[in-house]
Amino acid sequence: MKNTLPSEDHLGEVVFVELPEKGVSVSKGGSFGAVESVKATSDVNSPISGEIVEVNSKLPESPGLSIGSSVETPIMAPLEFVINFLYIVASLFVDMKINSSPFEDGWMIKVKPSNPSELESLLGPKEYTKFCEEEDAAH
Amino acid sequence: MRGGLWQLGQSITRRLVQADKKAVARRYFSSEAELKKTVLYDFHVANGGKMVPFAGWSMPIQYKDSIIDSTVNCRENGSLFDVSHMCGLSLKGKDSVPFLEKLVIADVAGLANGTGTLTVFTNEKGGAIDDSVITKVTDDHIYLVVNAGCRDKDLAHIEEHMKAFKAKGGDVSWHIHDERSLLALQGPLAAPTLQHLTKEDLAKIYFGDFRVLDIKGTTCFLTRTGYTGEDGFEISVPSENAVDLAKAILEKSEGKVRLTGLGARDSLRLEAGLCLYGNDMEQHTTPVEAGLTWAIGKRRRAEGGFLGADVILKQLADGPSIRRVGFFSSGPPARSHSEIQDEKGQNLGEITSGGFSPCLKKNIAMGYVKSGSHKSGTKVKIVVRGKAYDGVVTKMPFVPTNYYKPS
Repeated sequence: MKNTLPSEDHLGEVVFVELPEKGVSVSKGGSFGAVESVKATSDVNSPISGEIVEVNSKLPESPGLSIGSSVETPIMAPLEFVINFLYIVASLFVDMKINSSPFEDGWMIKVKPSNPSELESLLGPKEYTKFCEEEDAAH
Repeated sequence: MRGGLWQLGQSITRRLVQADKKAVARRYFSSEAELKKTVLYDFHVANGGKMVPFAGWSMPIQYKDSIIDSTVNCRENGSLFDVSHMCGLSLKGKDSVPFLEKLVIADVAGLANGTGTLTVFTNEKGGAIDDSVITKVTDDHIYLVVNAGCRDKDLAHIEEHMKAFKAKGGDVSWHIHDERSLLALQGPLAAPTLQHLTKEDLAKIYFGDFRVLDIKGTTCFLTRTGYTGEDGFEISVPSENAVDLAKAILEKSEGKVRLTGLGARDSLRLEAGLCLYGNDMEQHTTPVEAGLTWAIGKRRRAEGGFLGADVILKQLADGPSIRRVGFFSSGPPARSHSEIQDEKGQNLGEITSGGFSPCLKKNIAMGYVKSGSHKSGTKVKIVVRGKAYDGVVTKMPFVPTNYYKPS
């Protein structure tokens, strides 16, 4: 299941995921967390505004990188945006050890939108994949 | 994207909103058109290299293997890197050694012919202009390699001093090896693989040694050095033979030596505790602060005679106020500019490089702390995105080095 979705290609293996608390509000374009790969830190920005109603607590727990402890394998969590239970916006990282079904367990946060019209600007999974392919082809 | 050398990927939201697409495409188009390409560019692309801008060059950040897999494979088998973006240079003339000694901290005169060392070009304040591996080929020939990102300023610096030196009757001139390419072959299979391609006995060439020799029918400059902590070589090869040599190395290793990009190269050097100029060493950093006191030759400590010697010799006598140290940390990987605090939350300094170690499977970093907090085992806090995480000062290298030295 490696590299089945485009973003993993761009960021490399995920080694740490940082997510916010439930109840926090997010705004369109604003950062709500971060994804760390071996070489880079990327903000994860919310594509819509609203209130975080659920956080996938399994993701941040998984890294477990503590001093003196040796971790057999780096975390390669399946991550997925799932917005408003309906809109799967972007497949961020897929793999691997924990689950190969990102659409079920790999989501990051669920957001109750405060401005549902923002959803119209988002891409569905097919459009997203197509967008990534086009962008990759461009460089 | 923060904390990165790497222009890897884009902000994830850019991928979500169609309207941003054109802006992204434009940005890439304009920058890529001006990038320089090494003679191996097409070879990289054909082998799945993901090309990114680096120091004005289009270089592979990784190939088909992941950065973690590439890093581990270098230490278990071997890696081949294209490092032709770096600038190879020869100083020639009977006064080459005294000339270079004005600019670097090394005891160049004390090097045996055909041996080299890591050194630092200093400025008048004792700060580092660049780090470089220099080799005394003979008494009237020095070969050195400087960083791609420092090429222009290094060459301007050397040229300025060379003019003044020659005006006083000194005999020195330079040749920039732009007609050559540079390959780095690293890891435990480096020597056995390269031995298939040369008649010279590599067992007699030790870490830091230099030879001009025949490899696969062409005259190459071979330095037993590298930037990974592993045994290995940097091979300066005529550019027209570079692709053939790269192919031959991969073939002779039976696929075990893998093409490796800048991403894994950075992980490897960080695990080996080696400085990246521009991150871990800058214009204002002295070699003493950077933990490179060992590179200041004994004679140079006594005599000085290099730029900034007064500052550096005083630091040697009094001790520097800050020092480069290594860290293990919990939480997210520390990145360059993460604040380092003591356990009470007082500022101690800043991280200069950090990441997840593919070989140790934990976070490693290096940075500068106030002297007194530099001892191994000192507990610190490292602030990432506003949260303080536990860290501990740790000896470097993080991963033991495997240099080939006489037993």
